[in-house]
Amino acid sequence: MDIRNLTCISCPMGCQITVEMNGSEVVRVSGNTCKRGEVYARKEVTDPTRIVTTTVRVAGGKADMVSVKTRSDIPKGKMSDCVKALKDIAVEAPVHIGDVIMSDVAGTGVDIIATKNVSKI
Amino acid sequence: MESYDIVIIGGGPAGLAAAVSAKRSGISSILILERDKELGGILNQCIHNGFGLHTFKEELTGPEYAQRFIDQVEELGIGYRLNTMVMEISREKVITAVNREEGLFEIRAKAVILAMGCRERSRGALNIPGYRPAGIYSAGTAQRLVNMEGLMPGREVVILGSGDIGLIMARRMTLEGAKVKVVAELMPYSGGLKRNIVQCLDDYGIPLKLSHTVVDIKGKERVEGVTLAEVDQSGKPIPGTEEEYPCDTLLLSVGLIPENELSNGMGVEMNSATSGPVVNESLETNIEGVFACGNVLHVHDLVDFVSEEAAAAGKNAASYVKGELRAESARTIRLVPAEGVRYTVPSTIDPDRMDETLTVRFRVGAVYKNCFVSAYFDDERVLRRKRQIVAPGEMEEIRLVKEQILKYSGLKAITVKIEEA
Ligand SMILES: Cc1cc2nc3c(=O)[nH]c(=O)nc-3n(C[C@H](O)[C@H](O)[C@H](O)COP(=O)(O)OP(=O)(O)OC[C@H]3O[C@@H](n4cnc5c(N)ncnc54)[C@H](O)[C@@H]3O)c2cc1C
Ligand code: SF4
Repeated sequence: MDIRNLTCISCPMGCQITVEMNGSEVVRVSGNTCKRGEVYARKEVTDPTRIVTTTVRVAGGKADMVSVKTRSDIPKGKMSDCVKALKDIAVEAPVHIGDVIMSDVAGTGVDIIATKNVSKI
Repeated sequence: MESYDIVIIGGGPAGLAAAVSAKRSGISSILILERDKELGGILNQCIHNGFGLHTFKEELTGPEYAQRFIDQVEELGIGYRLNTMVMEISREKVITAVNREEGLFEIRAKAVILAMGCRERSRGALNIPGYRPAGIYSAGTAQRLVNMEGLMPGREVVILGSGDIGLIMARRMTLEGAKVKVVAELMPYSGGLKRNIVQCLDDYGIPLKLSHTVVDIKGKERVEGVTLAEVDQSGKPIPGTEEEYPCDTLLLSVGLIPENELSNGMGVEMNSATSGPVVNESLETNIEGVFACGNVLHVHDLVDFVSEEAAAAGKNAASYVKGELRAESARTIRLVPAEGVRYTVPSTIDPDRMDETLTVRFRVGAVYKNCFVSAYFDDERVLRRKRQIVAPGEMEEIRLVKEQILKYSGLKAITVKIEEA
Protein backbone atom coordinates (compact mmCIF):
# COMPACT_ATOMS: atom_id res chain seq x y z
CA MET A 1 0.00 0.00 0.00
CA ASP A 2 1.35 3.42 -1.01
CA ILE A 3 0.58 6.56 0.96
CA ARG A 4 0.56 9.98 -0.74
CA ASN A 5 0.28 13.21 1.24
CA LEU A 6 -1.14 16.26 -0.55
CA THR A 7 -2.28 19.77 0.24
CA CYS A 8 -5.62 20.60 -1.36
CA ILE A 9 -5.47 23.90 -3.26
CA SER A 10 -9.15 24.13 -4.13
CA CYS A 11 -9.75 26.69 -1.38
CA PRO A 12 -7.63 28.63 1.16
CA MET A 13 -8.24 26.02 3.90
CA GLY A 14 -5.43 23.96 2.42
CA CYS A 15 -6.50 20.63 3.97
CA GLN A 16 -3.79 18.01 4.31
CA ILE A 17 -5.12 15.02 2.38
CA THR A 18 -3.83 11.46 2.63
CA VAL A 19 -4.41 9.09 -0.27
CA GLU A 20 -3.89 5.35 0.11
CA MET A 21 -2.99 3.73 -3.18
CA ASN A 22 -2.79 0.15 -4.32
CA GLY A 23 -0.59 0.41 -7.38
CA SER A 24 -2.37 2.99 -9.53
CA GLU A 25 -5.71 2.46 -7.80
CA VAL A 26 -7.00 4.85 -5.14
CA VAL A 27 -8.13 2.90 -2.10
CA ARG A 28 -8.95 5.63 0.39
CA VAL A 29 -8.90 9.43 0.58
CA SER A 30 -8.88 11.06 4.02
CA GLY A 31 -8.19 14.44 5.60
CA ASN A 32 -10.34 16.41 3.15
CA THR A 33 -13.09 18.59 4.59
CA CYS A 34 -15.31 18.49 1.53
CA LYS A 35 -15.94 16.62 -1.70
CA ARG A 36 -13.86 19.03 -3.78
CA GLY A 37 -10.80 17.87 -1.88
CA GLU A 38 -11.40 14.27 -2.86
CA VAL A 39 -11.85 15.18 -6.52
CA TYR A 40 -8.63 17.18 -6.43
CA ALA A 41 -6.68 14.41 -4.69
CA ARG A 42 -7.88 11.69 -7.07
CA LYS A 43 -6.81 13.71 -10.09
CA GLU A 44 -3.47 14.63 -8.52
CA VAL A 45 -2.47 11.05 -7.82
CA THR A 46 -3.73 9.53 -11.06
CA ASP A 47 -3.38 12.22 -13.71
CA PRO A 48 -1.65 15.39 -12.47
CA THR A 49 -1.53 18.15 -15.11
CA ARG A 50 -0.26 21.74 -15.23
CA ILE A 51 -0.16 24.76 -17.52
CA VAL A 52 3.49 25.54 -18.26
CA THR A 53 4.67 29.11 -18.79
CA THR A 54 8.13 30.10 -19.96
CA THR A 55 9.89 32.43 -22.41
CA VAL A 56 11.31 32.12 -25.92
CA ARG A 57 13.93 34.28 -27.63
CA VAL A 58 12.78 36.77 -30.26
CA ALA A 59 14.83 37.91 -33.24
CA GLY A 60 14.37 41.45 -34.57
CA GLY A 61 11.81 42.49 -31.97
CA LYS A 62 11.42 45.40 -29.58
CA ALA A 63 11.95 42.92 -26.73
CA ASP A 64 14.49 40.10 -26.49
CA MET A 65 12.06 37.56 -25.06
CA VAL A 66 8.42 36.69 -25.54
CA SER A 67 6.42 34.93 -22.83
CA VAL A 68 4.57 31.76 -23.85
CA LYS A 69 2.31 29.08 -22.35
CA THR A 70 0.87 25.68 -23.15
CA ARG A 71 -2.59 26.18 -24.66
CA SER A 72 -3.98 23.68 -22.15
CA ASP A 73 -2.74 21.50 -19.29
CA ILE A 74 -0.02 18.98 -19.99
CA PRO A 75 1.02 16.01 -17.83
CA LYS A 76 3.09 17.17 -14.88
CA GLY A 77 5.88 14.76 -15.79
CA LYS A 78 6.32 16.50 -19.17
CA MET A 79 6.94 19.97 -17.76
CA SER A 80 10.72 20.01 -17.91
CA ASP A 81 10.79 18.38 -21.37
CA CYS A 82 8.49 21.14 -22.50
CA VAL A 83 10.73 23.92 -21.16
CA LYS A 84 13.80 22.20 -22.65
CA ALA A 85 12.20 21.96 -26.08
CA LEU A 86 11.76 25.74 -26.09
CA LYS A 87 15.19 26.63 -24.80
CA ASP A 88 17.14 26.88 -28.00
CA ILE A 89 14.56 28.13 -30.44
CA ALA A 90 14.01 31.73 -31.54
CA VAL A 91 11.01 33.31 -33.22
CA GLU A 92 10.92 36.21 -35.66
CA ALA A 93 9.14 39.42 -34.63
CA PRO A 94 6.35 40.44 -34.83
CA VAL A 95 4.67 38.09 -32.38
CA HIS A 96 1.03 38.40 -31.28
CA ILE A 97 -0.80 36.99 -28.30
CA GLY A 98 -2.19 33.58 -29.32
CA ASP A 99 0.35 32.91 -32.13
CA VAL A 100 1.45 29.27 -32.17
CA ILE A 101 5.15 29.21 -31.30
CA MET A 102 5.51 25.42 -31.41
CA SER A 103 2.93 22.76 -32.11
CA ASP A 104 2.74 19.46 -30.23
CA VAL A 105 5.38 20.33 -27.64
CA ALA A 106 7.33 17.34 -26.28
CA GLY A 107 4.85 14.86 -27.75
CA THR A 108 1.97 16.11 -25.62
CA GLY A 109 -0.25 17.08 -28.53
CA VAL A 110 -0.52 20.56 -26.98
CA ASP A 111 0.59 23.79 -28.69
CA ILE A 112 2.77 26.51 -27.23
CA ILE A 113 1.23 29.95 -27.77
CA ALA A 114 2.55 33.47 -27.23
CA THR A 115 1.18 35.46 -24.27
CA LYS A 116 2.63 38.84 -25.22
CA ASN A 117 2.79 41.09 -28.26
CA VAL A 118 6.29 41.89 -29.48
CA SER A 119 6.48 44.30 -32.42
CA LYS A 120 9.30 44.62 -34.95
CA ILE A 121 12.11 47.06 -34.30
CA MET B 1 1.02 75.02 -19.19
CA GLU B 2 -0.56 71.86 -20.57
CA SER B 3 -3.60 70.80 -18.65
CA TYR B 4 -5.84 67.74 -18.33
CA ASP B 5 -8.93 66.88 -16.37
CA ILE B 6 -7.37 63.71 -14.95
CA VAL B 7 -3.71 62.76 -14.85
CA ILE B 8 -2.87 59.20 -13.79
CA ILE B 9 0.57 58.48 -12.36
CA GLY B 10 1.61 54.94 -13.36
CA GLY B 11 0.48 52.73 -16.26
CA GLY B 12 0.20 49.38 -14.46
CA PRO B 13 -3.09 47.53 -14.05
CA ALA B 14 -4.31 50.12 -11.54
CA GLY B 15 -3.56 53.12 -13.77
CA LEU B 16 -5.05 51.41 -16.83
CA ALA B 17 -8.30 50.37 -15.13
CA ALA B 18 -8.67 53.83 -13.56
CA ALA B 19 -8.22 55.47 -16.98
CA VAL B 20 -10.76 53.19 -18.68
CA SER B 21 -13.33 53.79 -15.97
CA ALA B 22 -12.82 57.58 -15.92
CA LYS B 23 -13.26 57.68 -19.67
CA ARG B 24 -16.43 55.57 -19.51
CA SER B 25 -17.70 57.96 -16.85
CA GLY B 26 -17.61 60.75 -19.40
CA ILE B 27 -14.19 62.39 -19.05
CA SER B 28 -12.19 62.66 -22.26
CA SER B 29 -9.22 64.72 -21.14
CA ILE B 30 -7.12 61.99 -19.51
CA LEU B 31 -3.36 61.39 -19.54
CA ILE B 32 -1.40 58.41 -18.17
CA LEU B 33 2.26 58.98 -17.30
CA GLU B 34 4.46 55.85 -17.18
CA ARG B 35 8.20 55.74 -16.51
CA ASP B 36 8.73 52.35 -18.18
CA LYS B 37 8.98 51.76 -21.93
CA GLU B 38 5.63 49.99 -22.04
CA LEU B 39 2.27 49.95 -20.26
CA GLY B 40 1.30 47.05 -18.00
CA GLY B 41 3.46 47.57 -14.92
CA ILE B 42 4.68 44.62 -12.93
CA LEU B 43 2.44 42.25 -14.93
CA ASN B 44 4.91 42.34 -17.83
CA GLN B 45 7.35 40.26 -15.85
CA CYS B 46 4.74 37.96 -14.26
CA ILE B 47 4.63 35.41 -17.08
CA HIS B 48 2.98 32.72 -14.95
CA ASN B 49 -0.75 32.13 -15.14
CA GLY B 50 -3.38 32.68 -12.48
CA PHE B 51 -4.50 36.22 -13.28
CA GLY B 52 -8.01 37.30 -14.03
CA LEU B 53 -10.08 34.43 -12.62
CA HIS B 54 -12.52 36.91 -11.08
CA THR B 55 -12.57 39.47 -13.88
CA PHE B 56 -12.48 37.31 -17.01
CA LYS B 57 -13.43 33.88 -15.58
CA GLU B 58 -10.33 32.39 -17.14
CA GLU B 59 -6.75 32.03 -16.05
CA LEU B 60 -4.49 34.43 -17.88
CA THR B 61 -0.79 35.14 -17.65
CA GLY B 62 0.31 38.60 -16.45
CA PRO B 63 1.10 39.99 -19.93
CA GLU B 64 -2.23 38.72 -21.32
CA TYR B 65 -4.17 40.31 -18.48
CA ALA B 66 -2.35 43.61 -18.98
CA GLN B 67 -2.96 43.53 -22.73
CA ARG B 68 -6.74 43.32 -22.24
CA PHE B 69 -6.64 46.67 -20.44
CA ILE B 70 -4.06 48.18 -22.80
CA ASP B 71 -6.39 47.30 -25.69
CA GLN B 72 -9.25 49.14 -23.97
CA VAL B 73 -7.04 52.18 -23.38
CA GLU B 74 -6.11 52.20 -27.08
CA GLU B 75 -9.70 51.67 -28.27
CA LEU B 76 -10.96 54.49 -26.09
CA GLY B 77 -8.20 56.75 -27.38
CA ILE B 78 -6.84 57.54 -23.93
CA GLY B 79 -3.52 59.39 -24.09
CA TYR B 80 -0.37 58.12 -22.42
CA ARG B 81 3.30 59.00 -22.35
CA LEU B 82 5.93 56.29 -21.87
CA ASN B 83 9.51 56.68 -20.62
CA THR B 84 8.15 59.56 -18.58
CA MET B 85 9.07 59.77 -14.93
CA VAL B 86 6.97 61.89 -12.60
CA MET B 87 9.30 63.78 -10.27
CA GLU B 88 6.95 65.83 -8.18
CA ILE B 89 3.31 66.73 -7.67
CA SER B 90 2.31 69.90 -5.89
CA ARG B 91 -0.70 70.31 -3.62
CA GLU B 92 -2.19 72.48 -6.38
CA LYS B 93 -1.95 69.40 -8.65
CA VAL B 94 0.82 70.65 -10.87
CA ILE B 95 2.82 67.61 -12.00
CA THR B 96 6.51 67.86 -12.83
CA ALA B 97 7.75 65.07 -15.09
CA VAL B 98 10.75 64.34 -17.26
CA ASN B 99 11.38 62.44 -20.49
CA ARG B 100 13.93 62.48 -23.33
CA GLU B 101 11.84 64.35 -25.88
CA GLU B 102 10.47 67.11 -23.69
CA GLY B 103 13.01 67.29 -20.88
CA LEU B 104 11.48 68.61 -17.67
CA PHE B 105 7.89 69.74 -18.08
CA GLU B 106 4.81 70.64 -16.06
CA ILE B 107 1.19 69.59 -16.41
CA ARG B 108 -1.80 70.92 -14.53
CA ALA B 109 -4.53 68.46 -13.52
CA LYS B 110 -8.00 68.93 -12.08
CA ALA B 111 -7.76 65.49 -10.49
CA VAL B 112 -4.80 63.19 -9.93
CA ILE B 113 -4.92 59.40 -9.54
CA LEU B 114 -1.92 57.90 -7.78
CA ALA B 115 -1.18 54.41 -9.23
CA MET B 116 2.58 54.01 -8.77
CA GLY B 117 2.45 50.42 -7.48
CA CYS B 118 4.96 49.08 -5.00
CA ARG B 119 8.57 48.04 -4.83
CA GLU B 120 10.38 45.26 -3.04
CA ARG B 121 11.82 45.71 0.41
CA SER B 122 15.57 45.83 0.08
CA ARG B 123 18.12 43.74 1.87
CA GLY B 124 19.31 46.83 3.72
CA ALA B 125 16.22 46.37 5.84
CA LEU B 126 17.23 42.79 6.59
CA ASN B 127 20.13 43.01 8.96
CA ILE B 128 22.10 40.07 7.63
CA PRO B 129 25.67 40.43 8.91
CA GLY B 130 28.82 39.89 6.87
CA TYR B 131 30.04 40.91 3.43
CA ARG B 132 27.84 41.93 0.55
CA PRO B 133 29.06 39.59 -2.19
CA ALA B 134 27.59 39.38 -5.70
CA GLY B 135 24.76 36.90 -6.15
CA ILE B 136 22.18 38.48 -3.86
CA TYR B 137 19.05 39.59 -5.70
CA SER B 138 15.55 40.54 -4.81
CA ALA B 139 13.13 37.96 -6.20
CA GLY B 140 11.53 40.58 -8.44
CA THR B 141 14.88 41.57 -9.93
CA ALA B 142 15.61 37.91 -10.65
CA GLN B 143 12.16 37.62 -12.23
CA ARG B 144 12.91 40.54 -14.50
CA LEU B 145 16.32 39.12 -15.48
CA VAL B 146 14.99 35.65 -16.30
CA ASN B 147 11.68 36.57 -17.92
CA MET B 148 12.49 39.78 -19.76
CA GLU B 149 16.19 39.53 -20.49
CA GLY B 150 16.65 35.77 -20.64
CA LEU B 151 19.48 35.78 -18.09
CA MET B 152 19.89 33.32 -15.23
CA PRO B 153 21.18 34.91 -12.01
CA GLY B 154 22.74 31.62 -10.79
CA ARG B 155 22.62 27.84 -10.59
CA GLU B 156 22.32 26.94 -6.91
CA VAL B 157 19.76 28.99 -5.11
CA VAL B 158 18.52 29.66 -1.58
CA ILE B 159 15.46 31.85 -1.15
CA LEU B 160 14.75 33.89 1.96
CA GLY B 161 11.09 34.78 2.38
CA SER B 162 8.09 32.84 1.14
CA GLY B 163 6.22 35.69 -0.52
CA ASP B 164 4.59 34.86 -3.83
CA ILE B 165 7.38 36.28 -5.99
CA GLY B 166 9.93 34.07 -4.22
CA LEU B 167 7.73 31.00 -4.67
CA ILE B 168 7.10 31.74 -8.33
CA MET B 169 10.83 32.21 -8.88
CA ALA B 170 11.64 28.91 -7.14
CA ARG B 171 9.61 27.13 -9.83
CA ARG B 172 10.83 29.31 -12.66
CA MET B 173 14.51 28.82 -11.89
CA THR B 174 14.04 25.07 -11.31
CA LEU B 175 12.43 24.72 -14.73
CA GLU B 176 15.32 26.70 -16.22
CA GLY B 177 17.74 24.14 -14.79
CA ALA B 178 18.80 25.68 -11.48
CA LYS B 179 18.78 23.80 -8.18
CA VAL B 180 16.66 25.58 -5.58
CA LYS B 181 17.78 24.10 -2.29
CA VAL B 182 15.45 25.59 0.26
CA VAL B 183 13.04 28.44 1.00
CA ALA B 184 13.39 29.90 4.49
CA GLU B 185 10.58 31.89 6.10
CA LEU B 186 11.01 33.91 9.28
CA MET B 187 7.36 33.67 10.26
CA PRO B 188 5.64 30.47 11.41
CA TYR B 189 3.40 30.68 8.32
CA SER B 190 3.99 31.56 4.69
CA GLY B 191 2.89 34.90 3.29
CA GLY B 192 2.36 33.27 -0.09
CA LEU B 193 -0.78 31.80 -1.61
CA LYS B 194 -1.31 28.09 -0.81
CA ARG B 195 -1.56 27.24 -4.43
CA ASN B 196 1.89 28.70 -5.03
CA ILE B 197 3.36 26.64 -2.19
CA VAL B 198 1.94 23.45 -3.70
CA GLN B 199 2.65 24.18 -7.36
CA CYS B 200 6.00 25.96 -6.97
CA LEU B 201 7.62 24.10 -4.05
CA ASP B 202 5.89 20.76 -3.38
CA ASP B 203 5.80 19.91 -7.11
CA TYR B 204 9.61 20.05 -7.18
CA GLY B 205 10.35 18.74 -3.71
CA ILE B 206 11.74 22.10 -2.56
CA PRO B 207 11.63 22.28 1.25
CA LEU B 208 9.96 25.24 2.99
CA LYS B 209 11.47 25.93 6.40
CA LEU B 210 9.13 28.02 8.51
CA SER B 211 10.50 30.00 11.48
CA HIS B 212 13.95 30.06 9.87
CA THR B 213 16.19 32.88 8.75
CA VAL B 214 19.58 33.54 7.18
CA VAL B 215 22.18 34.22 9.87
CA ASP B 216 25.31 34.26 7.72
CA ILE B 217 26.34 34.67 4.09
CA LYS B 218 29.59 33.02 3.00
CA GLY B 219 31.84 34.34 0.24
CA LYS B 220 33.51 37.68 -0.44
CA GLU B 221 33.30 38.22 -4.20
CA ARG B 222 30.37 35.93 -4.94
CA VAL B 223 27.98 34.12 -2.62
CA GLU B 224 29.39 30.67 -1.75
CA GLY B 225 26.80 29.60 0.77
CA VAL B 226 24.36 30.72 3.42
CA THR B 227 23.70 29.60 6.97
CA LEU B 228 20.12 29.17 8.11
CA ALA B 229 18.96 28.93 11.71
CA GLU B 230 15.64 28.35 13.39
CA VAL B 231 14.17 31.35 15.21
CA ASP B 232 12.26 31.50 18.47
CA GLN B 233 8.89 33.20 18.96
CA SER B 234 10.46 36.63 19.09
CA GLY B 235 12.28 36.01 15.82
CA LYS B 236 15.73 35.51 17.40
CA PRO B 237 17.97 32.73 16.00
CA ILE B 238 18.24 29.70 18.30
CA PRO B 239 21.91 28.74 18.86
CA GLY B 240 22.77 25.22 17.77
CA THR B 241 20.16 25.07 14.98
CA GLU B 242 22.46 26.40 12.25
CA GLU B 243 22.58 24.56 8.93
CA GLU B 244 24.81 25.43 5.98
CA TYR B 245 23.67 25.46 2.38
CA PRO B 246 26.29 25.85 -0.37
CA CYS B 247 24.85 28.08 -3.12
CA ASP B 248 25.85 30.83 -5.57
CA THR B 249 22.65 32.85 -5.34
CA LEU B 250 20.44 34.19 -2.56
CA LEU B 251 17.04 35.54 -3.53
CA LEU B 252 15.20 37.82 -1.14
CA SER B 253 11.42 37.78 -1.16
CA VAL B 254 10.78 39.70 2.00
CA GLY B 255 7.82 41.78 1.11
CA LEU B 256 6.58 44.71 -0.89
CA ILE B 257 6.17 48.29 0.11
CA PRO B 258 3.98 50.90 -1.61
CA GLU B 259 5.96 53.44 -3.64
CA ASN B 260 4.88 56.69 -2.01
CA GLU B 261 7.71 59.20 -2.38
CA LEU B 262 5.49 61.33 -4.61
CA SER B 263 2.54 61.11 -2.22
CA ASN B 264 4.74 62.05 0.73
CA GLY B 265 6.21 64.93 -1.23
CA MET B 266 2.80 66.46 -1.85
CA GLY B 267 1.71 66.08 1.75
CA VAL B 268 -0.67 63.13 1.44
CA GLU B 269 -1.49 61.70 4.86
CA MET B 270 -0.18 58.14 5.24
CA ASN B 271 -1.43 55.03 7.04
CA SER B 272 1.38 53.36 8.98
CA ALA B 273 -0.22 49.90 8.69
CA THR B 274 -0.39 49.92 4.87
CA SER B 275 2.45 52.39 4.10
CA GLY B 276 -0.10 53.83 1.67
CA PRO B 277 -2.31 56.92 1.75
CA VAL B 278 -5.23 57.26 4.14
CA VAL B 279 -8.35 57.37 1.93
CA ASN B 280 -12.07 57.93 2.33
CA GLU B 281 -14.95 55.99 0.74
CA SER B 282 -14.15 57.61 -2.63
CA LEU B 283 -10.51 56.45 -2.43
CA GLU B 284 -9.66 60.13 -2.14
CA THR B 285 -6.70 61.18 -0.01
CA ASN B 286 -6.66 64.09 2.43
CA ILE B 287 -5.93 66.33 -0.57
CA GLU B 288 -9.17 67.03 -2.40
CA GLY B 289 -9.19 65.62 -5.94
CA VAL B 290 -6.21 63.32 -5.35
CA PHE B 291 -7.15 59.62 -5.46
CA ALA B 292 -5.13 56.42 -4.95
CA CYS B 293 -5.59 52.79 -6.03
CA GLY B 294 -3.73 49.53 -6.53
CA ASN B 295 -0.49 48.61 -4.84
CA VAL B 296 0.40 52.19 -4.02
CA LEU B 297 -2.63 52.24 -1.73
CA HIS B 298 -2.08 48.83 -0.13
CA VAL B 299 -0.31 45.72 -1.40
CA HIS B 300 -2.68 43.38 -3.26
CA ASP B 301 -2.14 39.72 -4.10
CA LEU B 302 -4.81 39.44 -6.77
CA VAL B 303 -4.73 41.78 -9.71
CA ASP B 304 -8.50 41.42 -10.17
CA PHE B 305 -9.07 43.39 -6.98
CA VAL B 306 -6.55 45.99 -8.17
CA SER B 307 -8.62 46.50 -11.31
CA GLU B 308 -11.86 46.66 -9.34
CA GLU B 309 -10.48 49.19 -6.86
CA ALA B 310 -8.92 51.27 -9.63
CA ALA B 311 -12.19 51.37 -11.57
CA ALA B 312 -13.83 52.87 -8.49
CA ALA B 313 -11.06 55.47 -8.19
CA GLY B 314 -11.44 56.38 -11.86
CA LYS B 315 -15.18 56.80 -11.57
CA ASN B 316 -14.86 58.91 -8.43
CA ALA B 317 -12.20 61.13 -10.02
CA ALA B 318 -14.57 61.65 -12.96
CA SER B 319 -17.38 62.66 -10.58
CA TYR B 320 -15.02 65.07 -8.88
CA VAL B 321 -14.07 66.72 -12.17
CA LYS B 322 -17.75 67.00 -13.14
CA GLY B 323 -18.48 68.62 -9.79
CA GLU B 324 -20.74 65.74 -8.78
CA LEU B 325 -18.70 64.59 -5.83
CA ARG B 326 -20.04 66.65 -2.97
CA ALA B 327 -17.70 68.32 -0.55
CA GLU B 328 -17.12 66.09 2.43
CA SER B 329 -19.79 66.70 5.01
CA ALA B 330 -19.00 66.99 8.66
CA ARG B 331 -20.50 63.55 9.06
CA THR B 332 -17.65 61.14 8.63
CA ILE B 333 -17.73 57.67 10.07
CA ARG B 334 -14.40 56.18 11.06
CA LEU B 335 -13.55 52.61 10.08
CA VAL B 336 -11.63 51.04 12.93
CA PRO B 337 -9.54 47.88 12.52
CA ALA B 338 -9.54 45.87 15.77
CA GLU B 339 -8.80 42.41 17.18
CA GLY B 340 -6.89 40.63 14.47
CA VAL B 341 -7.57 43.14 11.69
CA ARG B 342 -4.45 45.14 10.77
CA TYR B 343 -6.00 47.81 8.60
CA THR B 344 -9.00 48.69 6.50
CA VAL B 345 -9.19 50.53 3.17
CA PRO B 346 -10.88 53.00 3.23
CA SER B 347 -10.34 54.59 6.65
CA THR B 348 -13.41 56.82 6.70
CA ILE B 349 -16.86 56.89 5.13
CA ASP B 350 -19.00 59.89 4.34
CA PRO B 351 -22.43 58.23 4.01
CA ASP B 352 -23.72 61.02 1.75
CA ARG B 353 -20.96 60.35 -0.75
CA MET B 354 -20.89 56.57 -0.70
CA ASP B 355 -22.38 54.30 -3.38
CA GLU B 356 -25.24 51.92 -2.58
CA THR B 357 -22.64 49.40 -1.45
CA LEU B 358 -19.01 49.85 -0.53
CA THR B 359 -16.31 47.18 -0.51
CA VAL B 360 -14.02 47.47 2.49
CA ARG B 361 -10.77 45.55 2.06
CA PHE B 362 -8.57 44.52 4.95
CA ARG B 363 -5.84 42.18 6.09
CA VAL B 364 -5.54 40.12 9.25
CA GLY B 365 -2.40 39.90 11.36
CA ALA B 366 -2.29 36.13 11.93
CA VAL B 367 -3.92 32.87 10.83
CA TYR B 368 -7.38 32.26 12.38
CA LYS B 369 -9.39 29.10 11.83
CA ASN B 370 -13.15 28.70 12.31
CA CYS B 371 -13.63 32.33 13.11
CA PHE B 372 -16.07 35.12 12.34
CA VAL B 373 -15.44 38.35 10.49
CA SER B 374 -17.62 40.90 12.27
CA ALA B 375 -18.54 44.53 11.80
CA TYR B 376 -19.89 46.67 14.63
CA PHE B 377 -21.81 49.91 14.13
CA ASP B 378 -20.63 51.69 17.27
CA ASP B 379 -21.37 48.98 19.88
CA GLU B 380 -23.87 46.95 17.92
CA ARG B 381 -22.82 43.98 15.84
CA VAL B 382 -24.52 44.23 12.44
CA LEU B 383 -22.51 41.77 10.38
CA ARG B 384 -21.01 38.42 11.28
CA ARG B 385 -19.68 36.03 8.68
CA LYS B 386 -18.29 32.59 9.42
CA ARG B 387 -14.91 31.85 7.88
CA GLN B 388 -13.12 28.52 7.91
CA ILE B 389 -9.81 30.30 7.66
CA VAL B 390 -8.37 33.78 7.28
CA ALA B 391 -4.65 34.38 6.78
CA PRO B 392 -2.33 37.39 6.43
CA GLY B 393 -1.42 36.36 2.88
CA GLU B 394 -4.96 36.70 1.54
CA MET B 395 -6.79 39.99 1.45
CA GLU B 396 -10.29 39.95 2.92
CA GLU B 397 -13.31 42.11 2.22
CA ILE B 398 -16.72 42.98 3.59
CA ARG B 399 -19.50 44.96 1.93
CA LEU B 400 -21.26 47.81 3.65
CA VAL B 401 -24.71 48.86 2.52
CA LYS B 402 -25.57 52.56 2.43
CA GLU B 403 -29.18 52.06 3.39
CA GLN B 404 -28.15 50.22 6.51
CA ILE B 405 -25.64 52.89 7.48
CA LEU B 406 -28.17 55.69 6.98
CA LYS B 407 -30.52 53.99 9.45
CA TYR B 408 -27.98 54.57 12.23
CA SER B 409 -28.10 58.29 12.71
CA GLY B 410 -25.25 59.58 14.78
CA LEU B 411 -23.07 56.58 13.87
CA LYS B 412 -19.45 57.43 14.69
CA ALA B 413 -17.39 54.31 14.07
CA ILE B 414 -17.60 50.99 12.25
CA THR B 415 -15.27 48.45 13.79
CA VAL B 416 -14.08 45.43 11.82
CA LYS B 417 -12.72 42.52 13.85
CA ILE B 418 -12.05 38.80 13.90
CA GLU B 419 -13.96 36.87 16.54
CA GLU B 420 -12.90 33.37 17.41
CA ALA B 421 -15.63 30.77 17.72
C1 LIG C 1 5.92 38.97 -8.70
C2 LIG C 1 4.46 39.18 -8.58
C3 LIG C 1 3.60 38.11 -8.81
C4 LIG C 1 2.22 38.29 -8.78
N1 LIG C 1 1.42 37.22 -9.07
C5 LIG C 1 0.06 37.41 -9.15
C6 LIG C 1 -0.83 36.33 -9.57
O1 LIG C 1 -0.40 35.20 -9.79
N2 LIG C 1 -2.15 36.58 -9.69
C7 LIG C 1 -2.65 37.83 -9.44
O2 LIG C 1 -3.85 38.05 -9.60
N3 LIG C 1 -1.83 38.85 -9.02
C8 LIG C 1 -0.50 38.68 -8.87
N4 LIG C 1 0.32 39.73 -8.47
C9 LIG C 1 -0.29 40.98 -8.05
C10 LIG C 1 -0.56 42.02 -9.16
O3 LIG C 1 0.26 41.79 -10.25
C11 LIG C 1 -0.28 43.38 -8.63
O4 LIG C 1 -1.06 43.53 -7.49
C12 LIG C 1 -0.61 44.47 -9.66
O5 LIG C 1 0.29 44.41 -10.73
C13 LIG C 1 -0.53 45.84 -9.04
O6 LIG C 1 -0.86 46.83 -9.99
P1 LIG C 1 -0.46 48.36 -9.85
O7 LIG C 1 -0.89 49.01 -11.09
O8 LIG C 1 -0.94 48.87 -8.56
O9 LIG C 1 1.13 48.37 -9.74
P2 LIG C 1 2.28 48.08 -10.83
O10 LIG C 1 1.94 46.93 -11.69
O11 LIG C 1 3.54 48.00 -10.05
O12 LIG C 1 2.29 49.39 -11.73
C14 LIG C 1 2.76 50.65 -11.28
C15 LIG C 1 3.30 51.42 -12.45
O13 LIG C 1 3.61 52.75 -12.06
C16 LIG C 1 4.81 53.15 -12.67
N5 LIG C 1 5.42 54.22 -11.87
C17 LIG C 1 5.81 54.17 -10.56
N6 LIG C 1 6.33 55.36 -10.19
C18 LIG C 1 6.26 56.19 -11.26
C19 LIG C 1 6.66 57.55 -11.48
N7 LIG C 1 7.23 58.28 -10.53
N8 LIG C 1 6.44 58.08 -12.72
C20 LIG C 1 5.86 57.32 -13.70
N9 LIG C 1 5.48 56.04 -13.53
C21 LIG C 1 5.68 55.48 -12.34
C22 LIG C 1 5.63 51.87 -12.69
O14 LIG C 1 6.65 51.91 -13.66
C23 LIG C 1 4.58 50.82 -13.01
O15 LIG C 1 4.42 50.58 -14.36
C24 LIG C 1 1.70 39.57 -8.46
C25 LIG C 1 2.57 40.63 -8.19
C26 LIG C 1 3.93 40.46 -8.22
C27 LIG C 1 4.83 41.63 -7.90
S1 SF4 D 1 -10.81 19.68 1.00
FE1 SF4 D 1 -12.44 21.18 0.70
S2 SF4 D 1 -12.20 22.53 2.48
FE2 SF4 D 1 -10.30 21.38 2.34
S3 SF4 D 1 -8.92 22.70 1.10
FE3 SF4 D 1 -9.95 21.28 -0.31
S4 SF4 D 1 -11.73 22.44 -1.05
FE4 SF4 D 1 -11.00 23.47 0.82
